[in-house]
Amino acid sequence: MISVSQLTKVYGQTLAVDHISFEVAQGQIVGFLGPNGAGKSTTLRMLTCYLPPTSGGASVDGLDIFHQSEQVRSILGYLPENVPLYTEMKVHEYLDFRGRLRRMDRSTRRRRMGYVMDRCWLKSVEHKTIGHLSKGYRQRVGLADALLHDPKVLILDEPTVGLDPTQIRETRKLIADLGGDHTLLLSTHILPEVEAVCGRVIVISGGKIVAQGSPDELRNSRKMSARVLVECRGPAREVEQALARVSGVGGVELLDGQSDHSMVTAALRPKEGYDIREEVARTIIQHGWPLREIRLEHATLEEFFVQGTANQAMGRA
Amino acid sequence: MSRSIVIARRELSSYFYSPIAYVAMALFLLVAGFLFWRDFQPGKPVAMRTIFDWMVWLLVFIVPVLCMGLLAQEWATGTIETLMTAPVGETEVVLGKFLGSLGFFVVLLIPTLVYVGMLALYGRPDYGPIFSGYLGVVLVGGLFIAIGLFCSSWTKSQVVAAVAAAAILFTLTIAPWWAGQQTALPTFWRNVVDQGVFTRYTDFSKGVLDLGNILFFLVATGVFLFVTIKVLESRRWK
Ligand SMILES: Nc1ncnc2c1ncn2[C@@H]1O[C@H](COP(=O)(O)OP(=O)(O)O)[C@@H](O)[C@H]1O
Ligand SMILES: [Mg+2]
Repeated sequence: MISVSQLTKVYGQTLAVDHISFEVAQGQIVGFLGPNGAGKSTTLRMLTCYLPPTSGGASVDGLDIFHQSEQVRSILGYLPENVPLYTEMKVHEYLDFRGRLRRMDRSTRRRRMGYVMDRCWLKSVEHKTIGHLSKGYRQRVGLADALLHDPKVLILDEPTVGLDPTQIRETRKLIADLGGDHTLLLSTHILPEVEAVCGRVIVISGGKIVAQGSPDELRNSRKMSARVLVECRGPAREVEQALARVSGVGGVELLDGQSDHSMVTAALRPKEGYDIREEVARTIIQHGWPLREIRLEHATLEEFFVQGTANQAMGRA
Repeated sequence: MSRSIVIARRELSSYFYSPIAYVAMALFLLVAGFLFWRDFQPGKPVAMRTIFDWMVWLLVFIVPVLCMGLLAQEWATGTIETLMTAPVGETEVVLGKFLGSLGFFVVLLIPTLVYVGMLALYGRPDYGPIFSGYLGVVLVGGLFIAIGLFCSSWTKSQVVAAVAAAAILFTLTIAPWWAGQQTALPTFWRNVVDQGVFTRYTDFSKGVLDLGNILFFLVATGVFLFVTIKVLESRRWK
């Protein structure tokens, strides 16, 4: 549905987006993940035909973003970063204006406005002035606008920034619900967001794609290997040595071991392909150390992200 | 074109939310009213010429304020991005903004028709110069709005836009008029000065409909609108 090939954007001296290529299939929810300044907004602005690429290209539903810009824009719904709106207008006036701009006739406009205001929980503020609304409501107005013409593709730039936790939860639920009907590309620098709503993640850093895959794939990839946390009562040094001998254990790190016969917490890094939990538990019990907890902990995308960025900085990615 | 109308309608109605527009309207009516009261005396010719002439002076200062937000505000708040990512073209946006402001300007003129009514009630006005005077004011207003819109297109700052527009309007209108008052002007400069907006405009308020003058205003307006479209497109070259 979205196909990006060698897309590049240079602002003066700044290389903001550096030859990126990716595909988004119909109905997918794809997260575009990266730290501030990674080039997310710039990429989305090129996809929405706001900025032309310096080189490379992209197509949306088979339409070229440069040569068929108007058709592309008519099948896209876009929520720009920071949700710019005409603050002096009332919510229904704004949506009506946007509908007219998209040449929707009166009855379609009325039907779609009712639908999007319902879907984005805007019915209660329909007659309020946008400038008087809270950030959360404005975000919904922006989303309602993006949805108004029932676009095939929705592009959302940091849709939950500046919202409170309840609003974030509601917005994510809405986004997840939209998945089936629309193809969705959303950018974020918050990891739990992609884990919560996206079927696929594209990690971008320094204008380059550093990884892509499902959140699970990324989590299970080598860099992302899980670790096993063990908490028991025993002599720290001996516990460490015993655990290091367990087959499949790649490394042991004591997190807060104190002197003899007090609590030890160890983080074990398994070798690839091993599940070391049962063997570790058996070893500890054999030594007669009371086992308090053993837990497999998946690394968060956050760690991956930091690694990816670090690798990139060292020129290894 | 239909999208230009949609944009023009939004622009026109947004004027009524801004205090600046009401101040401009009040100022316009007060000055016109004062002039009318001063001129509308027994024994004086029944005409609106001074009112029309003063309107142009007033517009040099009012139009920059009316137009400063047209695009500068879109840049400042980022709404330009929402606007341009809807399926609209730069030409439609610029035309829409222009027509919206021109619409507001016409709304500003409507109450002055009261004075025409009073003239008609108490005398026998010559309608020719009144008609051509209004036509001239609308043409001047259109040109000024195109200039104000242009100044608003390349900056995020409404103050910068207003000051720049006032400077241009002053240079095109008041400066040539002032220079024209100087008697010892070389022929070359005399010709330049005669291209001034005010000189061309006074023909209208005298009741002279000159095709050259009409074309002058239409072409100049078109040039500024065209340049504004190019400025909007230029975000693509950066
Ligand atoms: N209009 C612009 N002019 C110049 N540089 C820009 C502009 N917009 C973004 N940049 C630069 O391009 C890079 C990528 O920015 P951006 O796409 O906004 O990143 P993100 O959205 O991931 O935070 C940054 O280094 C930023 O400073
Ligand atoms: Mg951004």
